[in-house]
Amino acid sequence: MARFSVFSLARNALSHHENWPRQWRSPEPKAEYDAIIVGGGGHGLATAYYLAKNHGLTNIAVLEKGWLGGGNTGRNTTIVRSNYLWDESAAMYEHALKLWEGLSQDLNYNIMFSQRGVMNLAHNLGDVRESKRRVYANRLNGVDAEWLEPQGVKAFCPIINISQTARYPVMGATLQRRAGVARHDAVAWGYARGADARGVDIIQQCEVTGILREGDQVTGVETTRGTIRAKKVGLVVAGHTSQLGQMAGLRLPVESHPLQALVSEPIKPIHPCVVMSNAVHVYVSQSDKGELVIGAGVDAFVGFGQRGSFHIIEGQMGALRELFPIFSRLRMMRSWGGIVDVCPDASALVSKTPVKGLYVNGGWGTGGFKATPGSGWTFAHTIANDEPHPINAPFNLERFVTGHLVDEHGAAAVAH
Amino acid sequence: MASSQSQPNRLATGGRIDRNQPCHFTFNGEPLEGFAGDSLASALLANNKHLVARSFKYHRPRGIMGAGVEEPNAMVQLGYGAHTIPNLKATEIELHDGLEAESVNCWPSVSFDVSSINGLFSKFFPAGFYYKTFMPSQFLWMKVFEPIIRKAAGWGKAPSEPDPDSYDHRHVHCDVMVVGGGPAGLAAAREAAKSGARVILADEQPEFGGSLLSLNRTVDGLSGADWVAREVQKLEAASEVRLLPRTTVFGYYHHNYLCAVERRHDRYDQGSSSADPQMRLWHIRAKMVVLATGAHERPLVFADNDRPGIMLASAAQSYVNRYGVAPGRRAVLFTNNDGAYEAALDLKAAGVEVAEIVDVRQEATGTLPKEALEAGIKVSSNSAITAVKGKSRVAGVTLHKLGGNGQSVSGEGRQVACDLILMSGGWSPVVHLFCHTQGKMAFDEAKACFVPAKPREATLWAGAVGGSFDLAGALVEGVAQGRTAALAAGFEPTDGDSPVIASEEPDLGSLEARWVVPTVEPIGRSKAKHFVDYQNDSTAADIRLAAREGFDNVEHMKRYTLSGFGTDQGKTGNINALAILSDAVDRAIAETGTTTFRPPYTPVPFGVMAGRELGDWLDPKRVTAIQDWHEAQGASFEDVGQWKRPWFFPKAGEDIHAAVARECAAVRDTVGLLDASTLGKIDIQGPDAAEFLNRIYTNAWLKLKVGSIRYGLMCHEDGMIFDDGTTARLGENHFLMTTTTGGAATVMDWLEEYLQTEWPDLKVYCTSVTEQWSTVAVAGPKARTVLERVCSDIDLAPEAFPFMTFRDGTVAGSPARVSRISFTGELSYEVSVPWSHGKALWEALYEAGEEFGITPYGTETMHVLRAEKGFIIVGQETDGTVTPQDLGMDWIVSKAKKDFIGKRSFSRADTVRLDRKQLVGLLTEDPGFVLPEGAQIVIDPNAPTPIPMLGHVTSSYWSPAMGRSIALALIKGGRARKGDRLFAPLEDRTQAVTIVDPVFIDPEGKRRDG
Amino acid sequence: MKIIQCPYCGERPELEFSYGGEAHIARPEDPAALSDEEWADFLFMRKNTKGIYLERWMHAAGCRRWFNAVRDTVTYEFLAVYKVGEMPPDLDRGEG
Repeated sequence: MARFSVFSLARNALSHHENWPRQWRSPEPKAEYDAIIVGGGGHGLATAYYLAKNHGLTNIAVLEKGWLGGGNTGRNTTIVRSNYLWDESAAMYEHALKLWEGLSQDLNYNIMFSQRGVMNLAHNLGDVRESKRRVYANRLNGVDAEWLEPQGVKAFCPIINISQTARYPVMGATLQRRAGVARHDAVAWGYARGADARGVDIIQQCEVTGILREGDQVTGVETTRGTIRAKKVGLVVAGHTSQLGQMAGLRLPVESHPLQALVSEPIKPIHPCVVMSNAVHVYVSQSDKGELVIGAGVDAFVGFGQRGSFHIIEGQMGALRELFPIFSRLRMMRSWGGIVDVCPDASALVSKTPVKGLYVNGGWGTGGFKATPGSGWTFAHTIANDEPHPINAPFNLERFVTGHLVDEHGAAAVAH
Repeated sequence: MASSQSQPNRLATGGRIDRNQPCHFTFNGEPLEGFAGDSLASALLANNKHLVARSFKYHRPRGIMGAGVEEPNAMVQLGYGAHTIPNLKATEIELHDGLEAESVNCWPSVSFDVSSINGLFSKFFPAGFYYKTFMPSQFLWMKVFEPIIRKAAGWGKAPSEPDPDSYDHRHVHCDVMVVGGGPAGLAAAREAAKSGARVILADEQPEFGGSLLSLNRTVDGLSGADWVAREVQKLEAASEVRLLPRTTVFGYYHHNYLCAVERRHDRYDQGSSSADPQMRLWHIRAKMVVLATGAHERPLVFADNDRPGIMLASAAQSYVNRYGVAPGRRAVLFTNNDGAYEAALDLKAAGVEVAEIVDVRQEATGTLPKEALEAGIKVSSNSAITAVKGKSRVAGVTLHKLGGNGQSVSGEGRQVACDLILMSGGWSPVVHLFCHTQGKMAFDEAKACFVPAKPREATLWAGAVGGSFDLAGALVEGVAQGRTAALAAGFEPTDGDSPVIASEEPDLGSLEARWVVPTVEPIGRSKAKHFVDYQNDSTAADIRLAAREGFDNVEHMKRYTLSGFGTDQGKTGNINALAILSDAVDRAIAETGTTTFRPPYTPVPFGVMAGRELGDWLDPKRVTAIQDWHEAQGASFEDVGQWKRPWFFPKAGEDIHAAVARECAAVRDTVGLLDASTLGKIDIQGPDAAEFLNRIYTNAWLKLKVGSIRYGLMCHEDGMIFDDGTTARLGENHFLMTTTTGGAATVMDWLEEYLQTEWPDLKVYCTSVTEQWSTVAVAGPKARTVLERVCSDIDLAPEAFPFMTFRDGTVAGSPARVSRISFTGELSYEVSVPWSHGKALWEALYEAGEEFGITPYGTETMHVLRAEKGFIIVGQETDGTVTPQDLGMDWIVSKAKKDFIGKRSFSRADTVRLDRKQLVGLLTEDPGFVLPEGAQIVIDPNAPTPIPMLGHVTSSYWSPAMGRSIALALIKGGRARKGDRLFAPLEDRTQAVTIVDPVFIDPEGKRRDG
Repeated sequence: MKIIQCPYCGERPELEFSYGGEAHIARPEDPAALSDEEWADFLFMRKNTKGIYLERWMHAAGCRRWFNAVRDTVTYEFLAVYKVGEMPPDLDRGEG
């Protein structure tokens, strides 16, 4: 892999940038691999990367029905944080956050991880109680967390309105300073380039149409580009987890919903951090390009159309304007939709399945992007060893039978 | 009259401007003059201002390229102070007297921009360069590189003050929605209106007419503008027609639902009010939609095609014909089609010298080229502009003959002096709205553009949006589609056959797509740049680089090069970018992909989307009948769901602690009053009502006596508690259920869902009666004495009126139901009267108790009092992961009932675990210290991170009754840990705690009978 | 905003409705007789079909009646609605 650096840029400038190699190859699929990852989003590519890097498994293929990073990886609001309430979630997201902190260097690809700090606002006494509970739990779990009173919120984000006469006033916030945002596309591309350099075949425009089994052992997949065999198959297909599961005869505790996001026109830096408020549905940061990146809500119905309802966006704008009065004259430039797979406890599946050699990774809901490195890391471990890593062990399928859920929406009011 | 000095490029005659209405404005502080009817762009051009902006990456000087919303370059900051708006396009701003605008993203000025130094190093900044560098360490990225990038990014500035304007929303239905008021749209609206259908016609411009405002055309024997005026007049007179000028339909959603923003004022700095809002967001449901959205002209991708003074041919035509402005003195037209020749002819007619027409095609033989030759204009076919002279304003061009199929140049270059270049690369239909519906498009090879093919909604289209770029075609289609739409909506045009609208126009001839115009050096090697996305500085070389590096999918290319990601959303650049990529990867355009357009068509202000849902209107505020009294007493309120509940009633000088201590003491020692009206109340009737409750609640209900009350817990099917409350049996088949304040609607939904979907055989009817009853709790040792003074027809003696029963009677002159329920542990009566009697009841009780110092108390005191008794609050002691058994409430879970909601889940592996978190009491070793709620409890605070946690503090208060702090907590295996010493690690201390029983006072319940 | 046909009230905007997920998952007659796996299936497992889906809706801001719908989860098109307790109508998609 040709290393990227300011020197390689300068060198290539001399040859008019005509000699840059492909960042990943476009190979024909082989008849058989040691492992197949279905899904070329951030999680799938990260899984392939860590399979190669951590476990020396390089005879693997990533199969993507469209283009790399074209699903939720390229459609989310890029928030990265690890301040989850439950030990299981905190361990997963904190592991991911530690990887995020060195990811540009590890991948030799600038994924622009910007640790601007994330504030989760509290608007009533119940929010305050739950927020503080999360701060105390975070600290003991080694996750940086602070509680800010309204004045502290204002100091950290001067444009926020903390008027106590607001309909739902800001009563404080939790702050995770190490949290922030990253450049979503670059995450997919960086992992793809890293995996490719280690020998992973990344095959786009290759849709999996069936999962092959002999008895209870997986043996490969049928695709639009022919049969590809492998003894291990990992499904990492946010938005289609149920559909792929069904091909293997699995019934999964997953429902898929439209989720929208939008950006404003680029403006000069005005918003220094990430602000999230579940109570009034405001999630906003400002990208390096200057756009305000705003997360909208989930439509209640099952939907695979990558389109949401406008009234969902509209309904959030009042709260946005209340919290940030100076945003009112700024303009929505683009909106889009994705499909989020949601488990009943709002926590993910990173799990073995009843089919031997078949593994599933999905159900991240609205929080998948931030987990990308941790998800890939632990899923790679699970596939390589046929045993979960301690971090992803709680995110198994059996929990829905035993009742040992990791209930993130019941707990902290931060399901986003 | 403006002097020629003040507007040197203003034509002596013509245009739709009002020369009697001069408008004084400033641009970058310089005072200038234009006329009413000008856009800011036309006024700037009238003043010979071409350099108005800088590009994003290289800070190259940029001018005005278009005449409408397609403009990629000329963004400005409009106005100042609270009224300012960033990033408006000069082409979409109506000029008015006093307007102030500034260039954005340049320093110190647009003509001398320090950052233009970036351009010198542009060789090192190809597409995606930032992914390849700035990453020696996360520390340097955060501290050095990212701040530089962020500072450079962004266009205009957000206002620094709140928005002074008002906005609103309207919702309308119509039979036929016509989007676009050009010739096709006007014809469609006219025909649909004839049928009597309800028609809405919207157009983004301040006046209808579309292309007819900018072209010299004859329609029905009238000039284009006169025909438009006549048609608009007719439409205005039609009773079922609504005309919406200055209205941009920005989104086309499911089931023919369209959203549009109407800019109701011609300026943004005059204020507005709720009666006269600045903008209005229209929500339109149409039976049929006719898209007549027109087309945008495309630039040609040639060397340095971004210099100020280079504009779309149609834009130049617009400036001359519509605005009476000559955008230059000596023009060169560069084209790949016949139609653009008309622009050269129009400019020439207006007195602009046309130095030459440069046509990339082998030969130009159409009627318009012939006319140009006849007019004495030099036409060079098979030729190209290969270089542009002049940085901040075009000064001339170099022309070459083309060779090798137009892929290279041949021979010697030739210099031509000019100050204006018109370019035309063909047209891109405005298919954005059609795309929003995920309709299928097709690539028309002859016209080199995407056109609508298969709609997904009830959508028709007419005119240029469908590739019919000629006026006759637009009129024919407009008439036909207007009639079709009316018919489909159930209306019949009354005038027989489709009329033909006569029109005259030149033959627009043919087009030959040339996606990249070659120059002497190969693309990407010379200093010259072939811009595709002007705003983001994406060039043809960047697109080829993207393809080379493997970003060969159109979505990858766009994301890697940022093509189409500007505020213009690629209106002029997308098709060029797609075509250049297709060429690079050697696939047909249609196979390479299409461009995805998502809402909004043009940017929509957040303020207008919010409409009036601001302040108190953000969400309904629910208050009880006693609210006035609470407010008059200076109560502090807390939000509980949508309700405002008194939190505490501070007296002068009291903080919350003092007030709550006083209120608590009053209830324990004498008597207090609580407004409990917000608790949800559901009236449940029917022969199967008892059986229904038996299935809903965890405990038994069949044998509850009429006149009695029982407490119940509700679980979800997963066994987790989700609400609680008391339910009274009013009659054999009649119950009144109370719920938590926040849970009322959820519980109502829950009951109805089970009744309708699971147990439709049960005859039970539920009615929400929360707001039918005001409820006041009188609590404390003196409660009976107080109540007796205002109630004479109920025997309140404990033996006559036992705990957990109710009596009907009269209280304070109102029919009332009195219930003996206690959430405080004290003797307590909850008195319910019709809602409107609430305040009278409260005041009567207050007066009756004054002698005993009766004290109103709020939710905080209620919480303290119930915590002293170990009573739970759903949502505080529970969080969706807590079972009744976890709370030590096995007593309320029936063993005898075969089934109830949640029962099956109690026997799952995880719910029978012995080390589940269980409700316990906590006492701090420091009795004066009140633990923070949410504090985590550990065995060893010095254990290595992550420190194992046993659970957390759910409730914690200073207990006046105990004279010390108390807390409730959920602790793993907590009931078996009674007496254990554990720790709560906090910010500034580690507090030792002891586990105790969760009932702190009066465990025998002696106080509740007074 | 979609238009939804309430079987009792007629066409109304989407905002008036609430969603109830997959239809025809009857609460088991005798939950105690089920294994943990069977109970988990009832509680949590859903078809989550991409395409034609049978699901429950409720006209929350109207008649408050639950009903079933046949909806395409890709296009969001409602193909039919029917009352609780009824079986889904046979749909000839070709004519749709």
